[in-house]
Formats: sequence, structure tokens, C-alpha cells
Amino acid sequence: MKPYLREFVPTAFEDIPDATAYEAGYLVTKNAGWRNVRPVIDSKKCVGCLNCYLYCPDGVIYREGNKVAIDYDFCKGCGICRKICKPGAIEMEAEK
Amino acid sequence: MAKAFLSGNEAFAYGVRLARPQVISAYPITPQTIVVEKLSEFIEDGSLKAEFIHVESEHSALSCAIGASSVGARAFTATSSQGLLYMAECLPYAAGGRFPIVMMNANRSTALPWNIYGDQRDSLSQLDSGWIQAYAENAQEALDLALMSFYIAEHKNVSTPYMANLDGFVLTHTYEVVDVPTAEQADAFLPKYATENKLDLQNPRNLAFSAGPDSNTIFKYKEHVGILNAKSVIQEAEDRFETIFGRRYSGLTESYRTEDADYIIITLGSIAGLVREVVDALRLEGRRVGLLRLRYLRPFPNEEIANAVKNAKAVAVLEKDISFGNEGTVYTNVNSAMQKAGINIPNSNYIGGLGGKNISSEEIKGIFDELKSQKSAVRFLGIGGEANGG
Repeated sequence: MKPYLREFVPTAFEDIPDATAYEAGYLVTKNAGWRNVRPVIDSKKCVGCLNCYLYCPDGVIYREGNKVAIDYDFCKGCGICRKICKPGAIEMEAEK
Repeated sequence: MAKAFLSGNEAFAYGVRLARPQVISAYPITPQTIVVEKLSEFIEDGSLKAEFIHVESEHSALSCAIGASSVGARAFTATSSQGLLYMAECLPYAAGGRFPIVMMNANRSTALPWNIYGDQRDSLSQLDSGWIQAYAENAQEALDLALMSFYIAEHKNVSTPYMANLDGFVLTHTYEVVDVPTAEQADAFLPKYATENKLDLQNPRNLAFSAGPDSNTIFKYKEHVGILNAKSVIQEAEDRFETIFGRRYSGLTESYRTEDADYIIITLGSIAGLVREVVDALRLEGRRVGLLRLRYLRPFPNEEIANAVKNAKAVAVLEKDISFGNEGTVYTNVNSAMQKAGINIPNSNYIGGLGGKNISSEEIKGIFDELKSQKSAVRFLGIGGEANGG
């Protein structure tokens, strides 16, 4: 599953933990700001082989039913998933 | 307590055994090897119950220790010189993650030229990595620091990794009679490590995440406060240590005959023993000289230095380090402490002992003689000429 982002992002001194440790399932900030292109999955072509899930260096591809989906909050747009996808189900589209 | 004839490395290993770490991960490097060799023997003979992880590098040694600490284990590693530099990437990880790992570093020269003997350029180059840094003078202090280090690092107000430094060969390989506390005494001194900063199935947590520009400064500030908090915790640990073991330590610094001294040498590590002898000899001649030994460089003893030198006419910082293109790093730090306290007296820097070169009592006498001229200069011991401040 896609990790959920908490709505409240702490910025005040007393809300920030002392160590880089927080309740599981929470991440501090989204991290996708430098993406120029985004991978888009054509679910009709996707065969659910999970190669992209295995090869994604940032772990942003997650299972959805028998297919996969991409967490755009953390995808950096590197395109490795497109390159590894044998059925050609992933295309890179320019970010606008 | 029992007396034993131990080298600095062995004494530190005895201290670590008394602290009962659960995980030890290390890679051998001269002159550190014996401390972990000894610990592996303790595990082999059953006198220490710990996981000893044989790793393929120092980078892995500290990474393993971080992993152990992140599930709440008490972890120990040791290294030296190039090994510490190879670990360098992991040092701020341990500090920023607030993992109270203890490391013994055998101070040794860094290449090139290749050299296995002692100086302090390895640890001083890592002064900004977020670790507490202590410098032992002798084998007894090494053993005692091994015990106290876990207490200080693991204290909830500190939660900071701790690097205990022993001069390579001069301290790691020389033998002294050392008081070895009993396990009962050590257990009375050192509580079990308990933390919420760990991976736990009952209380799942996300560790070692990123923090963007919004919150990064706060994380770093809290890290800074943690290491500053060590000042009072070091005091607390030493009070507790004295109550149980009967030996007293003097906090971040040790002043020797500085109260009425006109000229003071500030130094650190094992060379302090020789400076103390020279101070005694010169005092017999009626000269008002003193020694200030820095036991800790992080947290830095700003107030202690200012108090010790405030009535002096001139001071010298003697160190086994050079920050190329500037001066010795300890000297830079000491000057900052004096400047902040408004103390404007001549302060000279003497750089010696590089690559294990002996510093003689004549050279130390020479420093006290030169201080009388009350000029500030940066000099390498044993090198003449104009470029050397002469």
C-alpha cells in the first residue's frame, strides 16, 4: 500500500522529535519537487509482473489489485520503471 | 576492585566488558586491534555475553552499531586513523539519529605519508560530526572512561554517541597497574540502556527519515543542545563514579597548578603526563607555570578554559594536529573561548608529535621559556626558520 501522509506537518520546536524517529506510517515531508517527467502506467498494457516495483530505486511503486500504481508524492521521475517494463506499459510525460 | 597490569587498549576492553554491551562490531586496525581482540576473547571465554559482528570494513562496523542501537541495544565499536576516516560518512548518521554508540579511537596519524604512529589528526578532523570527544591520559582513565562513556552517551538528555580517544602506542600499547572494578560495582554504576528511540514491534516507528528546510534547523539545534547537556551529565557521572569507585575526575578539563601560574600549557591526551612533570620541575626553580589538560573537546570547555587562564600572562596550546593552511584545531577552539571571555593575552600554538614523533621534556621547557617573550605564534616543534614563526 501507499504510505499515508499525515495532514499535520510539525514545524514548531516542541512538535519536532529529538531524534529522527516518529510513529510508523508517517513521513515528514513530500519529496518530489525536482521531477521533470512523470511515469504514467497504461493499465491495459500492464501485466502485473512487478518488475517496476522491484527495480524502483525509491520504492514509490505499490501494488493495486493485480496491477501497480505510482506514488507521485515521492517519485523523482528517473524513468527506470519505463526502461524495465517489458510490455511497454509505462510512458514518461512532461511535468507541466 | 582488583589490580591488573594492563595496556591502554586492554584497560579499555576491561571497561567495556564491565559495561556489558550487547553488540560489538569492529574491523581491526593498528593500533586499535588489541581492544577488540581482547573483547572477542572475553566473548569466547564466556565472561562477556555479546554479539561480536565481524565486518568487512569500518564503514560497516559503525553501520552495524547504528543498526544495533536502533533496536535499543548497547553497542560498541573501535577504530583508528584511516578506519575512522572510512567511517566518516556514518558518524553524523549516528549523531543525528541520536544513537548513543560508544567508540574507542586509537589516535593515529593519517596518510600520506603512510604512518601507523600516534597523533590526533584523525579524531580532530571529525570534531564537527556531532560526537562527544574525550581524550584519556592514562590506562586507568581509559578504563574509567569506557564505563562512564555509556552512562553519559545514553542519558536521556544527551542521547549522543561518544568517542573516547587514546593516544596510539604511547597509551594503547604501554602497560600500567590499573584498578579493575568488580562487575557488581559496575552494575551499580551503569543502569541498563532504555530508550524510546528504537524500532519496536509493540510501538512501530519510522527511523532515520529526511527533514526538509522547514524543520532541519530544529533537528540540528536539538542535536547541539544534546551535546551541550553532556556537560552537566559528565559532572553527574563523575560524582556517581566517585561514590561507587572512589576515584575523582575533574570534568571537561583538569587544572594542574594553574591558580597562580603566569604561564600555562594547554594540551590533551597522554602528553599531559610529561607536561605535569616539567611543571613540577620548574616550580622547584620558583617558576610559576601550570598545565590545563582538556579532557573533552566536545562539549567544548569554554568556561573552564577562561577560568583557568584568566590571570595568566601567556598561554600555549600544545597539540598533535595541524589544520593545513591555518593552525592547530585545538588552538583555534581555545582562542575562541578566550576571545568570548574577553581574555586578550598572548597565546601560542605548538604543533608536535606528528606521526608519533616524541615530544621531549626539553621541548616542553622550551615552550615555557618562549612564553616569557609574550608573543603569539604558531610553531612546529623541531623545525626552525622564519616560516615557523621563529
